[in-house]
Amino acid sequence: MTSAVKMNSITKNFPSVVANDRINFVVEKAEIHGLLGENGAGKTVLMSILYGLYRPDEGQIFVNGKEVEMASPSTAIKLGIGMVHQHFMLVPSLTVVENIILGKEPTKNKVLLDMNRTLNDVKDFCERYKLQVDLKAPVHTLPVGAQQRVEILKALYRGADILILDEPTSVLTPQEVEELFKAIRALKEQGKTVIFISHKLKEVLAICDRITVLRRGKVVGTVKADETDLGELAKMMVDRKVVFTFKKKRVKTRKVVLKVEDLKAIDDRGLPALRGVTFKVCAFEILGMAGVEGNGQTELVETLTGLRKATEGKVLVDNNDITGASPGKRIRLGISHVPEDRHKRGLIQDFSVMENLILGSHNKPPFAIGRVRLNFEKASNYAKRLIKDFSIKTPSKETPVRHLSGGTQQRVVVAREFSRKPKLIIASQPTRGLDVGATEYVRKKLVEMRDQGCAVLLISADLDEIWALSDRIAVIYEGEIVATKDPEKTTERELGLLMAGGKRD
Amino acid sequence: MIEEIRELNIRTKGLLRRFLARLKLELRRILPQIIAILTAFLAGAIVLLVTGYSPIEAYGALMRGAFGDVFGVGQTFTKATPIIFTALAFLFAFKSGLFNIGAEGQLLVGGFAAALVGISFDGLPPFVHVPMALLAGALAGGLWGFIPAILKAKLGAHEVITTMMLSYVAFYVTGYMVNYPYKAPGWVPQTPLIATSAELPRILQPTQLSASIFLAVILVGLTHYTLQKTTFGYEVRAIGLNPTAAESGGIGIKTGMILALVISGAMAGLGGAGEVMGVHRRFIEGFSPGYGWDGLAVALVGGLNPVGVLLAAVLFGALRSGGMTMTRVTGVPLDIVSILQALVILFVAAPMLIKYLLKRGGIKWWSS
Repeated sequence: MTSAVKMNSITKNFPSVVANDRINFVVEKAEIHGLLGENGAGKTVLMSILYGLYRPDEGQIFVNGKEVEMASPSTAIKLGIGMVHQHFMLVPSLTVVENIILGKEPTKNKVLLDMNRTLNDVKDFCERYKLQVDLKAPVHTLPVGAQQRVEILKALYRGADILILDEPTSVLTPQEVEELFKAIRALKEQGKTVIFISHKLKEVLAICDRITVLRRGKVVGTVKADETDLGELAKMMVDRKVVFTFKKKRVKTRKVVLKVEDLKAIDDRGLPALRGVTFKVCAFEILGMAGVEGNGQTELVETLTGLRKATEGKVLVDNNDITGASPGKRIRLGISHVPEDRHKRGLIQDFSVMENLILGSHNKPPFAIGRVRLNFEKASNYAKRLIKDFSIKTPSKETPVRHLSGGTQQRVVVAREFSRKPKLIIASQPTRGLDVGATEYVRKKLVEMRDQGCAVLLISADLDEIWALSDRIAVIYEGEIVATKDPEKTTERELGLLMAGGKRD
Repeated sequence: MIEEIRELNIRTKGLLRRFLARLKLELRRILPQIIAILTAFLAGAIVLLVTGYSPIEAYGALMRGAFGDVFGVGQTFTKATPIIFTALAFLFAFKSGLFNIGAEGQLLVGGFAAALVGISFDGLPPFVHVPMALLAGALAGGLWGFIPAILKAKLGAHEVITTMMLSYVAFYVTGYMVNYPYKAPGWVPQTPLIATSAELPRILQPTQLSASIFLAVILVGLTHYTLQKTTFGYEVRAIGLNPTAAESGGIGIKTGMILALVISGAMAGLGGAGEVMGVHRRFIEGFSPGYGWDGLAVALVGGLNPVGVLLAAVLFGALRSGGMTMTRVTGVPLDIVSILQALVILFVAAPMLIKYLLKRGGIKWWSS
């Protein structure tokens, strides 16, 4: 029997990263095949190549046994490949059925839209694949799960036999996930092939026949779901050597700086994101918060920095309750924040380096004279000093940060946040997207701050980073801290399991 | 002695070089505007030629009318004054990321409030009465900015819709006021004359140019100073450029936006007060031929820079006042002035506006 998809030695380079390194990937017909890996492992790139969105630098693609050249998504669609992206591509104001037929409208006499035939056709699809959805409802009125079903129907309507689902559960509630799984099984029964991309171990194990694990652009292995377990998968996904270690000052007595008690918050969709988080961070300590992305880390950081309201619980800094305090108040109390998204949260791209460096301190002395006037001389000297101290590579302090490289921009953020003499630093994915040099620099600075007595909360999806820097490691899973470990008394396998929700204390 | 001269020489040269560099930089910044204006006049010349007029004669008359004599100059600056206010109003809100297109309404309520204070008191000394009336105008305009601001902050209502709708409210409410409760005797819908103690002095007789122009110029400086040199201005610009980063930086973005829109409205209101107190000496229905809208255009033509606004407003004022002379002397229809204005706006503003909208993501779906 020929395989549905066979990808042979696929290599794809991006500037400064190898996204796919000689990947071999085979999917049999009528199989549910899981593609597992952490963020940045190369899953989406590989699937984008299969769907014709990227051209591989090397390697061949076979669909149903025949070698093909994927020039564009329309080639892929013709070959019966459909892809449901993480972000839906629907027209919100059109109805479900209108969205499904968009681009392939059935007509009467080549001009008139044949709505009746369309409705019947699409209804047929819905029943056959157990994808129930109100066809006449405008898409924007539907819950996310139903919108996803519309996307799947759209792909099927275009004749897809091989369906790629990119992180399909990341936007769903548990009930919706169940619904989706039923539909995927029905698709399999009808002879369709499904490629299920995910970084969630349990889900992959629950739904897939076989699983291919990627790590840093390479295939670690392909296993049958009924011959493996969570532990093995976790190990395949995260196992690796620690690259950097840092010498840290030994400190005996530690004062608690940040205390978080039973903190709860909801995410942007109104679903619970934090379900009672409790932990503390002391002076002279880095607490590493490990976890697969999307388990409440973003909401935790936003709640701690005052950008999101807590629904329950308390946040204390030096025993002062700051649960309801504004972001500005928290900055004044000595909380520094290195945001995960420096474009959105960290920097004002059209502001100069100097203007960015005083953001958050701009309204108090020495930069504000009587809180009203900006003191340019002080700001200018301050900026000059920081540019030197943090080796910020910029033509001048007047240059808009837009013109600086990613690593340099992060240096601007780090310089600003670390030079405020903070008591507490909340660093969220501080080295994401940085090259090796910049990464090491940021990590070294974090340790320096800790050695000077700062309490540091480090949130990172990069286990290496957590491992290399933390004095204690907390694991967050589905909005809860499931364990706190001493890095010297735990293993990567154990952490991987905890991150996957496989075990709790 | 020779040493000194040489040193002085070097220093002068250095200064000169710095000055030239600065000038070059500034010129490069306003180059798109200058090109757009020249292109507009060129295109206007073609229109003139096609319709059988001499562009040289027409433009000559336009220039003479706008700047040729005292009357022309007075008229030019009179027309420019209210537009400076409304353009600054648009600019200030824009810097905080808000699109205040309701300057017309804010100008009307400001003008009416000033008229009300002007006719309600008698016998006050001018140095009390004039500031009082101006303050009333600013407050009323500020209120007209506050309503959409609070609607946006609390309910997320888009300011483009609310400021525009409030313009109509202002138009009809002030229209009602001068047609019924506050109508002066006679057939014209207007209030009685304000007390002489509330009048802004005319500064270039016999033209209508009033001291309001001084207020406008002061406001230009004040706006520039506020935006560039104060913490509040820094915050306003931060909010306008990246609200999420501003929020992370501890800036209260809602408060900032509300304040910016209130100040914006107050500026337009002050412009209305200046018109009433300096030019008409009463509130006349329809006294504004669309100063609010001209303000939007002038802010964009002025490169969203207070000094640029001043220059662009004078250009628009000159077109308005010179246009009359041009029509009288050469018989060119006044509509050519509208065409010229439209062309200037088109060449300057359209690319900027599109860039701005794209950046705000308002029409992202359209561009992708």
